[in-house]
Amino acid sequence: MNLIFENIIFLSSEIILILTALILLMLGAFKKKNSAKIVIYFSFIILIFLSFLEILIPWNSVNIFNNSITQNGFTRLVKAMIYFSSSFAIILSARWLIKYDDKAFEYPILILFSVLGMSLMVSANDLITLYLAIELQSLPLYVLASFKRDNAESSEAGVKYFVLGALSSSLFLFGSSLVYGFSGSIEFDGIYNNIQALETNTAIIIGLVFILSGLIFKISAVPFHMWTPDVYQGSATPVTAFFATAPKLTALCMLINILYGPLSGMQESWYQIVFFVSMASIALGTFSAIRQTNIKRLLAYSSIAHMGFALIGLLSFPNFDGVQSLLIYMLIYLATTLGVFSCIISLEISEGESINEINDLSGISKKFPFTAFTMAMFMFSYAGIPPLGGFFAKYFIFRSAIESGLIFLSIFGLLLSVVGAFYYIRIIKLMYFDEPKTIITKSLSKSLSFTNIVCIIFIVFFIFIITIAPITELTKNAAIALGN
Amino acid sequence: MDNWNLLSIITFLPLVGALFILLIPQNNNTSSERNSKSVALWTSLITFLISLLLLIGFDTSDPSFQFVERIVIADGLMTYQLGVDGFSLVFIILTTFLIPFCILISWDSIKDRVESYMIAFLVLETLIIGTFSSLDIILFYLFFESVLIPMFIIIGVWGGQRKVYSAFKFFLYTLLGSILMLAAIIYLYINTGSTEILLINERLNINISTQNILWLAFFSSFAVKLPMWPVHTWLPDAHVEAPTAGSVILAAILLKMGGYGFLRFSLPFFPDASLFFAPLIFILSIVAIIYTSLVAFVQTDMKKLIAYSSVAHMGFVTLGIFTFNSQGIQGAVFQMFSHGLISAALFMCIGIVYERLHTRLISDYGGLVSNMPHFAVFFMLFTMANIALPGTSGFIGEFLTIIATFKVSVIAAVLAASGVILSAVYGLFLYKNMFFGQITNEAIEILKDLNNREKLILIPLAFLVIFFGLYPSPIINLISSSSENLVDILNLTLNDNLSLELKK
Repeated sequence: MNLIFENIIFLSSEIILILTALILLMLGAFKKKNSAKIVIYFSFIILIFLSFLEILIPWNSVNIFNNSITQNGFTRLVKAMIYFSSSFAIILSARWLIKYDDKAFEYPILILFSVLGMSLMVSANDLITLYLAIELQSLPLYVLASFKRDNAESSEAGVKYFVLGALSSSLFLFGSSLVYGFSGSIEFDGIYNNIQALETNTAIIIGLVFILSGLIFKISAVPFHMWTPDVYQGSATPVTAFFATAPKLTALCMLINILYGPLSGMQESWYQIVFFVSMASIALGTFSAIRQTNIKRLLAYSSIAHMGFALIGLLSFPNFDGVQSLLIYMLIYLATTLGVFSCIISLEISEGESINEINDLSGISKKFPFTAFTMAMFMFSYAGIPPLGGFFAKYFIFRSAIESGLIFLSIFGLLLSVVGAFYYIRIIKLMYFDEPKTIITKSLSKSLSFTNIVCIIFIVFFIFIITIAPITELTKNAAIALGN
Repeated sequence: MDNWNLLSIITFLPLVGALFILLIPQNNNTSSERNSKSVALWTSLITFLISLLLLIGFDTSDPSFQFVERIVIADGLMTYQLGVDGFSLVFIILTTFLIPFCILISWDSIKDRVESYMIAFLVLETLIIGTFSSLDIILFYLFFESVLIPMFIIIGVWGGQRKVYSAFKFFLYTLLGSILMLAAIIYLYINTGSTEILLINERLNINISTQNILWLAFFSSFAVKLPMWPVHTWLPDAHVEAPTAGSVILAAILLKMGGYGFLRFSLPFFPDASLFFAPLIFILSIVAIIYTSLVAFVQTDMKKLIAYSSVAHMGFVTLGIFTFNSQGIQGAVFQMFSHGLISAALFMCIGIVYERLHTRLISDYGGLVSNMPHFAVFFMLFTMANIALPGTSGFIGEFLTIIATFKVSVIAAVLAASGVILSAVYGLFLYKNMFFGQITNEAIEILKDLNNREKLILIPLAFLVIFFGLYPSPIINLISSSSENLVDILNLTLNDNLSLELKK
């Protein structure tokens, strides 16, 4: 009993999270009026609070609950990032949700449960906990994808996501069982030690490939990327904003946890896979995005390319600098993506319906100069043009790559980022050089403007923020904590 | 004056002006437009006046960097470090001098989104001054690349008919060029553990084959920016479609970033590779001088003609830089400075007639001299300066460069000198067709001569072109110690290599 109490304190943020979710569920069920609004803003505040809690409380590395969960600097920083980005994803949806159905209080609660799953995913220390956490994270996401229940595309997106997601979970489970069967342990440390002791074992390599397939599905990297454009397009735009941010970060960090932890002994096996996945994602994401006309499909392909860039950070193993660059890259990616979505959601073609086609953006700079300006800055940031945040993201990633001698991959990635710049500046061209075509109104939502302003400040003044705020130290400490 | 942070003030003052324009309430259209114009003009004028303080405080005998400011940003990422030597000072003064003219020339011609236009120009000024004064390689890259954003917007929003094509071509071409430089910059950081230019100079220790690769990476960026043949094709498009002030900035200042980059990075960082690749540069420069002069001759569009002539004149710059003697380097810098004045003036002249007739085709003009005699005088002067007639500033740069080239390679010097003749051919051809002959276009008969604003713009430029043509020593004094210093560095490595070979 005492042991449980000693351990439970390290899970305080998860426990606060689940209590909040349950209380809000009750509140929503019994209070009919305005329930969605209250639930949204309450969960926003709780998530912001938790993200500061994760950063500010002392960072000790502990393994709790019989080594099934680990807490260290890395997991804490990642969790703070997850909470922070999810909180903004929740308020992005505020206006849409209230317009769509003001009794739909389940929406933020589903996000809270999914966030709980994510936070357990990054801190899982054995395969069973990890699998349960993945399922806890995914199930609410399937529901969210089909949340617009009167819309055929949204239901289609939900079903597609569910079927493919279940397949990837089963691949992951099969891989875990192989790894467990041949290494004799489900704990990460045990697997690591046993793999070190064994000679090269084909079955474990097969297990590794299956586990990797499951995880690569979650970060939507090539070759398991096909669901991304459809799910992005079909889901409601605020839901897409959530899909594009926190789940990607979580899956990526879990990949780090597994590859740098239990499977670090098999580096030569997974290294080639990650290398290929990274290159293929960059290439496919970049070239496919060029032809898109739907803005959410474009962002889907662009996120595939960004995942490819982020994966380069994994390749500097056994040097942990890559993890630091990956975290900085993801931090900037999250801010830019949330900012882009805040612009898109605030532009409406009809009441409560945000724009879909890229051409809808044409000429908005005349009517909404500020929104157009922020959108342009986010696009330049995606393209990696200095002095915006996106440049530093690319700079850190390629610095770690060149440091580990991946000159060819770096030049490949840099050249393709020029190709990527083409479709980002095409959006700017539409907004600034073209005449207005469709009639667009701008929703006056405080939460959207708030998100937009927070993100634009982060992206434009990143150079000052990185000087004042301890971003480099936090990420460095996280990478070091992971190394220990 | 050292602790005044003079360079930071000059760099960021235009940005403050841009913020002011943002704050002007935009309810009344005409008055807020006028306000934003005057804020922009005053900001740029004040910036120019403050930048003159640099000239006063600058010690010409000292080849090291002056007015240095240094703040460490985000430990290990970069430093905020500014400073000037002779080379950068010339370009900073050129920039601050030309920006007020750019704003004046667009006073009446820009009618759409005036506030944004003025903001874009002021931001551009900050970025350009930052590029020329940064002493940290990442800071340099930040400024160098950021220039793309306002320039893309200026060409795309206020440009001509094919503005979208030109803006995209400009953006992607230059981005592609400089992205390889980014890889090289990262490699330099990893090799030396520092991003400060001075420290990199001290610590850089790489073998010759790596040097060659890095040199090529930097070359790809600067060659596109300068631009050198055969990667010059973005320039005519961008020039033709950009608004007048955009063309002026492009030709007069942005192109010089390439030449400045060679002087600041390629030569001191990679002396061996620079020597190794000098023949390549010579060939490309000669081709640029002769080939683009011929191309300029067949143009039917005035702006395109001047654009191609810019490429030809930049050929002299690369030629001069890679002669590795102080005469050539001084000639190159002087050529860049004087081309900054002359091409700016020529594009402004074209802008002046374009505002009246709205055509850029040479065939639409003819007989301008009868109605616009004052304008004809100015245009004559600038055309002659572009041809490098003795007595104009264009002559000094090309003369020094050709002399320096003669010491290295007689054939190259002869071919380069023939470029001067070719420039006379297309320059006089343009002048004859525009100003003399029968008036074919009825609109020309009712043209008015220059108004006071236009005279105010052209007179200072004309004065400076003649002044520096007759008395070039102010500029030469500024850059002499820096260029001597650069030549010393190059000779040092040359001698080292020789002694190494002797030992073997």
